[in-house]
Amino acid sequence: MSDRQSSNAYWQANLRIIYVCMVIWALVSYGFGIILRPLVEGIRIGGTDLGFWFAQQGSILVFIVLIFFYAARMNKLDRDHGVDE
Amino acid sequence: MSQFTLNLIFIGLSFAIYIGIAIWARAGSTAEFYAANRGVSPVMNGMATAADWMSAASFISMAGLIAFTGFDNSTYLMGWTGGYVLLAMLLAPYLRKFGKFTVPEFIGDRFYSQTARIIGVVCLLVISITYVIGQMTGVGVTFSRYLEVSNSTGLWIGAALVFCYAVLGGMKGITYTQVAQYVVLIIAYTIPAVFIAMQLTGHVLPQTGLFGTLNDGGGKFLTTLDQVVTDLGFTSYTGHHKSTLDMVLFTLALMIGTAGLPHVIIRFFTVPKVSDARKSAGWALVFIALLYTVAPAVGAMSRFNLTATMWPGAHSGETFSQSAVSLDAIQNDADKQWMRNWQVTGLLNWEDKNGDGLIQYYNEAGAANEPLAAVIAEQGLVGNELTTVNNDIMVLANPEIANLPGWVIAIVAAGGLAAALSTAAGLLLAISGAVSHDLIKGAINPGISEKGELFAARVSMAVSILVATILGLNPPGFAAQTVALAFGLAASSIFPVLMMGIFSKRINKQGAIWGMLAGIISTLVYIFTYKGWFFIADTNLLADTAANWLFGISPASFGVVGALINFGVAYVVSNATEEPPVEVQELVESIRVPRGAGDAVAH
Repeated sequence: MSDRQSSNAYWQANLRIIYVCMVIWALVSYGFGIILRPLVEGIRIGGTDLGFWFAQQGSILVFIVLIFFYAARMNKLDRDHGVDE
Repeated sequence: MSQFTLNLIFIGLSFAIYIGIAIWARAGSTAEFYAANRGVSPVMNGMATAADWMSAASFISMAGLIAFTGFDNSTYLMGWTGGYVLLAMLLAPYLRKFGKFTVPEFIGDRFYSQTARIIGVVCLLVISITYVIGQMTGVGVTFSRYLEVSNSTGLWIGAALVFCYAVLGGMKGITYTQVAQYVVLIIAYTIPAVFIAMQLTGHVLPQTGLFGTLNDGGGKFLTTLDQVVTDLGFTSYTGHHKSTLDMVLFTLALMIGTAGLPHVIIRFFTVPKVSDARKSAGWALVFIALLYTVAPAVGAMSRFNLTATMWPGAHSGETFSQSAVSLDAIQNDADKQWMRNWQVTGLLNWEDKNGDGLIQYYNEAGAANEPLAAVIAEQGLVGNELTTVNNDIMVLANPEIANLPGWVIAIVAAGGLAAALSTAAGLLLAISGAVSHDLIKGAINPGISEKGELFAARVSMAVSILVATILGLNPPGFAAQTVALAFGLAASSIFPVLMMGIFSKRINKQGAIWGMLAGIISTLVYIFTYKGWFFIADTNLLADTAANWLFGISPASFGVVGALINFGVAYVVSNATEEPPVEVQELVESIRVPRGAGDAVAH
């Protein structure tokens, strides 16, 4: 029974991390890169605005950071809940 | 040494490496053939995934797609990378824990249904075959261009090579050749980009050069580019011109389509542990980003170089301060040799329509805008005189435009081939796995021995290569629709069913089957409405224009709507029918935790 509870807590914690990562994932691509671009237009960068940078470069760099962040957090979570390999 | 000899040496050398690896990495068991015995390190797998993923289209066409549209086509950059975040968090680790060999196998087990598995196989085959035809045509084109053989000879040489390492080595052979192919293709892509970035902006890194300052003229590169293209009547490079809704949906369709592509998913079955699957998705994206962050720089800079070749004044941002390039210069000057080279291939062409001895390049659609309108009146222009500029020329002609040595051109040739071959091999493995493991072992002859299945896998691989080659020689109408068809189906069928199988215990057999069918059918009907039934010309119900699209959603973006329909139908049908059996719910529990991934699946 305690096993089931721990695995449930593990899964809920995993979902929370995924949720946070997904919000950032959407913000840097659909947000700053497309929909919110007019909002950050004032921030100039290299002859254009921040939105263009996010759309063509920034979002990809954030995606990489997100995956490694997720992998590291999950490794810790796996150990904390005793479900690591 | 002639260019032909150089091409021959570099391409021959790369092929020798691939064949050497094939002999070294022969597969002895089905586990080796389907999943490289789950012994591939996450970094190696990341590199192989990057080569598997980056096709002839990424290598040759993407920079051109961005070059001629600018900001609006950032959708490709974000869409074809953002899917890896979804893979890392929503699919790869759990499917690795499941520990089987194919995507339809998971669908069949999780939804305890042979029907669901067969629908999965059909989707996989349509997606992968559409995709592989494009790769095979790419191989033929590249061969014929650089080795002066006919298109079909080139295609057969490519097929023979893939046959060597895919039939012998299966996933194991393919993985290690893909690692080598990644190295070749990334070097080939980066070298010309670095040279061009240095020539234009003085930056060694194309990524920072894009946002840098021009060497001569002194203005910011992107500001100058915007100025020059709008002078010539084109829409601004950095501006947002397309519908926001369609940009969002198209990006999302590419992202969830990427995450649902079977040939990408099976790469994550090859790593030893669940934690490696997460990490490996990160490494894959690192290696993909090495090309994907260079591509926008290549696009923008080669657009600038092309424009400045046609209007030398553009170098300083004053487009019309000098007259356009003369016909005489194009026909005789040494530094315009590349234009004559590419005219032969039909990818570039010009015509002095008004007979003034100059070739004026501009956008006829923007002819009413100043200052272009004044120039047109003054010089008596009757139309754009650079009549053909193919997208692909932006990458292919890059080394010549920048006047780089012959060996760079030879490397680009080897790189284009590596990109096409590595993706073709990955797709062929997904196809043959579905045939030998899901159809032959799963449905037709479940009692087949390990040895028999390995033999069946090799035969299906050989047959797949043959079929792909024949289809590559005579591409059917649907082959050009890779983005709409392959990504649309992956997004509307495979991604949702996998995600629901992992994240919900309540979705049952009926829900999965009806959900998949609803997703696929709605997406196909929408695509066929605008592109013609089964892509047969002139059978479309409505013209493929933005005004006709439902809520402005283009057919290529509709996969997202199909996915939503899939999720919705699956939810409603599942809740109206009985819960999945207890052992299936326990299977879901077990794939959610990493421990025990080495063992066979414990039910």
